[in-house]
Amino acid sequence: MTKEETKQIVLDIIADVAPDEDLTNVKPDVRLRDQLELDSMDFLDIVMELRKRHNIEVPEAEYPELASLDSCADYLTPKFEELGK
Amino acid sequence: MAFQPPRIVITGIGLTAPNGNSLAEYRQNLLNGVSGVQKMDVRYMGECLAGICDFDALKYQKRKEVRVGTRAGSISIYCAREAVTDSGVDWDNVTKDRVGVYVGTTEHGNVETENEIYAISKFDYDTKFWSHYHNPRTVANNPAGEVSLNLGITGPAYAIGAACAAGNLGLIHATQMLRLGEVDFAICGGVSESIHTFGIFAGFKSQGALATHEDPTKASRPFDQDRNGIVVSEGGALYTLERLEDAQKRGAKIYGEIAGYRVNSDASDYVLPNPTRQAECVRQALTAAGIAPVDIHIVNTHATATPQGDIQECGALREVFGEGCPDTHINNTKSFIGHSMGAAGALELAGNLPSFDDLTVHPSINCDNLDPQCDLPGLVLNKPRKVEKVDAILNNSFGMLGINSTLIVKRFAA
Repeated sequence: MTKEETKQIVLDIIADVAPDEDLTNVKPDVRLRDQLELDSMDFLDIVMELRKRHNIEVPEAEYPELASLDSCADYLTPKFEELGK
Repeated sequence: MAFQPPRIVITGIGLTAPNGNSLAEYRQNLLNGVSGVQKMDVRYMGECLAGICDFDALKYQKRKEVRVGTRAGSISIYCAREAVTDSGVDWDNVTKDRVGVYVGTTEHGNVETENEIYAISKFDYDTKFWSHYHNPRTVANNPAGEVSLNLGITGPAYAIGAACAAGNLGLIHATQMLRLGEVDFAICGGVSESIHTFGIFAGFKSQGALATHEDPTKASRPFDQDRNGIVVSEGGALYTLERLEDAQKRGAKIYGEIAGYRVNSDASDYVLPNPTRQAECVRQALTAAGIAPVDIHIVNTHATATPQGDIQECGALREVFGEGCPDTHINNTKSFIGHSMGAAGALELAGNLPSFDDLTVHPSINCDNLDPQCDLPGLVLNKPRKVEKVDAILNNSFGMLGINSTLIVKRFAA
C-alpha cells in the first residue's frame, strides 16, 4: 500500500460521506475541514467507513491524525500494511 | 358574548402522493382513476404491494442532507417547501420564531432502526458498527426537526404521534396553536415513510390485513366484497395555516376554512375500531363546526379495505347521516393511493379540497362488487360525480389504540 493509494481510499470515503463536495482539487497538505464542508459527524463517518470497509480502528485520541490527506496517509498507511495490504 | 376564536384558513398545500407530486397532478389522477400502487421488494418478505412516491428529494436538499436524514424528513421538507411556495408568503420576511411546524406521524424510527440492525448483521451484530446517526434519525420529532433545519424555522417544531389519525391531528393541532397565539404561521399535516420498514408489512400480514391482488392497481379496494386488506404507502401532505385576518392582510389565496374538528378515543381495543365512538367523533365535530349532517357535501372515509373496518365505519356514518342527506357524497382516497398512514388524513383532505372549485367528487375506485354492508347512500363509486354544490368537506381518520379524528373544512366565505 502506497501513501497515494491510502489518500485515494480516504477520498473515496469522503466522496460517499460528503457527496456534494468537489474533490478534484483537494490539497493534500491542507486540513480537510478548511477546504471541504465536513463537520464532526462526517469525521465519525470516515472513521466508521475505515472500520467497515478496511477493518481499521482509529482510537478517538488519534482522530487529529485524520486532519489532512497527507496526515491520513502518514497515519493510515502503516495500519494498512499491518493488515497485509 | 361568548369567546369567538380566530378563524383559521388554509393558504398553501404541498404534497407527495404515490400518484402525484403536486396538488394539480394528484387531483387529476384522482379524477382520472389513476392508482399509485405498485410492486415493491420488501426486505425479508419479497414482493409486496405499496404506494411509492417519486418526488425529487434533491429539489430542496443537498445529497448529504438526504444521506444523513430520513425519508420522512425528505418527504416533510419537500411538502413544507412546496406549501410555503404555494402560500405565496414572503418567506424571507416571515419572522421564523413565529412559525410552528406540526407533523403528524403514525410512527417514526422503525425504518432507521431496521436499517441499522440489518447493517450490523453483516458484521456479526457487532454494535461498534452501529451508526452515530441512529439517534437523530429516530427521535420522534425527526420529520419536523428536519423541516426546521431546512427552512431555518426557530419556532416550535415537533411531531404529533396519533397512529393513522395523525394527518388530521397535524392540522387540528396547528389550528389550536394559531388560536392560542403561540405562532402566527403554521406548517402542518402528516407524513409517512412506512413502506421502508418491513415490520409494518409483516405486522399487517400476521394480522391477516395485508392486501394482495395480481394487479397492484386493484389491490386497495374499500367497500368491495372481495377486499382483503391494506396497501401500505408512503407520502405526505403539509399545509400552511394562518389566522384569517393575517391571510387577508397579505391577500393570500384561501383554499378553505377550518370549520370544526373532534378527536376522541375508543378505549375499547388495541386494534379493532369502535363504530359507536367513531359516530360520536363525527357528531361532535359537526356540533363544533355548527354544521348539520345534511350540509356536509363530501365525507372522505378512512376505510382501509379491511373486511371489518370498512363495515364499522359505514355503520358509524349510517348512524350520523342516515337516509336524510341527499347532497352528502361519500368517497375514499385510499382506493387510489393505499394507506399512507400518518399522511393519510392530510393527503386525503388535499385530494378533496379542489372540489370547492370544480364541484366534482372524486370516486372510490376498485369497487366491482359493493359489499351490501357498505352500501351507504351517497357513495361515489368508480367514476367522479358532478354535484350541485360543495360547501363543506368532512374528513375521517382513525388509528390504532382507538384514536378517532374528524376534521371539517368549509368553503371560505368572507
